Amino acid sequence: MKVLVPVKRVVDFNVKIRVKPDNSGVDLANVKMAINPFDEISVEAAVRLKEAGQATEVVAVSIGPAKAEETLRSALAMGADRAILIETDDTVEPLAVAKILKCVADTEKPGLIIVGKQAIDDDSNQTGQMLAALLGWAQATFASKIELGDQKAAVTREVDGGLQTIEVKLPAVVTTDLRLNEPRYASLPNIMKAKKKPIEKRIAADLGVATAPRLKVLKTEEPATRKAGIKVTSVGELIEKLRSEAGVL
Amino acid sequence: MAILLLAEHDNRTLSDQTARALTAAREIGSEIHVLVAGKDANAAAGEAAKLAGVSKVLLADSDALANNLAEPLAALIVSIAGGYDTIIAAATASAKNVMPRVAALLDVAQVSEIIAVVSPDTFKRPIYAGNAIQTVQTTDAKKVITVRAAAFQPSDAGGSVAIEAVQAAADPGLSSFVKDAISSSDRPELTSAKIVISGGRALGSSEKFKEVILPVAEKLGAAVGASRAAVDAGYAPNDWQVGQTGKVVAPQLYIACGISGAIQHLAGMKDSKFIVAINKDADAPIFQVADYGLVADLFDVLPEFEKAL
Repeated sequence: MKVLVPVKRVVDFNVKIRVKPDNSGVDLANVKMAINPFDEISVEAAVRLKEAGQATEVVAVSIGPAKAEETLRSALAMGADRAILIETDDTVEPLAVAKILKCVADTEKPGLIIVGKQAIDDDSNQTGQMLAALLGWAQATFASKIELGDQKAAVTREVDGGLQTIEVKLPAVVTTDLRLNEPRYASLPNIMKAKKKPIEKRIAADLGVATAPRLKVLKTEEPATRKAGIKVTSVGELIEKLRSEAGVL
Repeated sequence: MAILLLAEHDNRTLSDQTARALTAAREIGSEIHVLVAGKDANAAAGEAAKLAGVSKVLLADSDALANNLAEPLAALIVSIAGGYDTIIAAATASAKNVMPRVAALLDVAQVSEIIAVVSPDTFKRPIYAGNAIQTVQTTDAKKVITVRAAAFQPSDAGGSVAIEAVQAAADPGLSSFVKDAISSSDRPELTSAKIVISGGRALGSSEKFKEVILPVAEKLGAAVGASRAAVDAGYAPNDWQVGQTGKVVAPQLYIACGISGAIQHLAGMKDSKFIVAINKDADAPIFQVADYGLVADLFDVLPEFEKAL
């Protein structure tokens, strides 16, 4: 079974982003970029399925600028077999991403698509669910455990009250949550090997998918900041403040 | 045109988050229908019918809807979507699961986790883990929206409207429910508690977490939260995680114990009314958002705190 893993190039999670002074967006000039952490978990999950003999091929796909090739190389260094880059310099919203991924899935015919539950830039948490909808497939979101069976998968999901286990028919879309696995660091030999793995490049506009944004971004602002309060020196003082000043006890 | 609000419930009771999402819906329009989809969910529907500002409650009852599976629930919402120009829900795990599926089936964008309604088609939402706030305007004829419940006050009870049955759509039969491992406790729910006490990696083990944090929670009637580090380390279950990718809370009082204050965590609690931070490290970023900071070892301080309450 082939596993398709969509990966997104995003600002590295360690970078403290800055809003542009004219409120036109977030300043991304010369900022360190990396693979979206949730997508890294997806790649790890797919590679583990291959190592366990349950998947035959892991194909990474990214939609974005030419530089997203670096992101695909990260996935290849972790163990993906080959990659597809759908190039575009436009902002592509989750719905358009899902439509492009559907095109890729129609050609590649994977048995499973594993995708991060959200990207840490726009925090939308939509792509996997939308892709499942467009394909007419089952979805298992926020996965903390994936067990493959015959033409089906049991997926344990992180939900509000704890955990829920569901069974989905394959092919299906699974979105990954934090506790699914701890992604490996790519070894140097694997990083070198990844440079020789094939990346097929296509232009998004050639796929015949309408990618025009549906949302107009009017403004991007700094969040309201909270002022630091005071330091108290003892438990007694803390309780006194909470009772008399804050009135919350 | 009318607004469809998807209710969050466990068939017996309606979540407080629905009353909060209702407040956001009321800022968008006035004709609001609440959809309660489940199995034997009459009690939850009854609660929804009492909320002020609700025009009508729709109750869909079927086995396929018992466990919030995305495919049958999305099929139901899409089957009645024709009568609505806005479909909205609190951004719970269940709604985050189903709403994008609905949006894609309707070929519209979703606006995720709004924190403010600027006008009926324009909303504010956090991006980059809350480090920037974007104002977005939808251009689609239908809007699909999830609401960060902590950013809105709950609507009060006060009405009494009719409950109308709606037919569940055919189950696509793509998935089935196996089991729930839902933690049960007498403590209040994390997202609606007035007081939340959270522990971080400094707790060191799940035993210590229970031993030190829980007695204070009991005494205060507080819900218990945890940092991502504590959850990743296995000191606390996943559903306790407070942060951008966990639960977003805004209680009257938030007590952070042994939590350094990573951006990710702050995004989940910085709208709390009062924040108390207890940490050994005087330079921990959590002190920059705390109203009251106590630089001390939580293992010394929390038992003393509990006794003094």
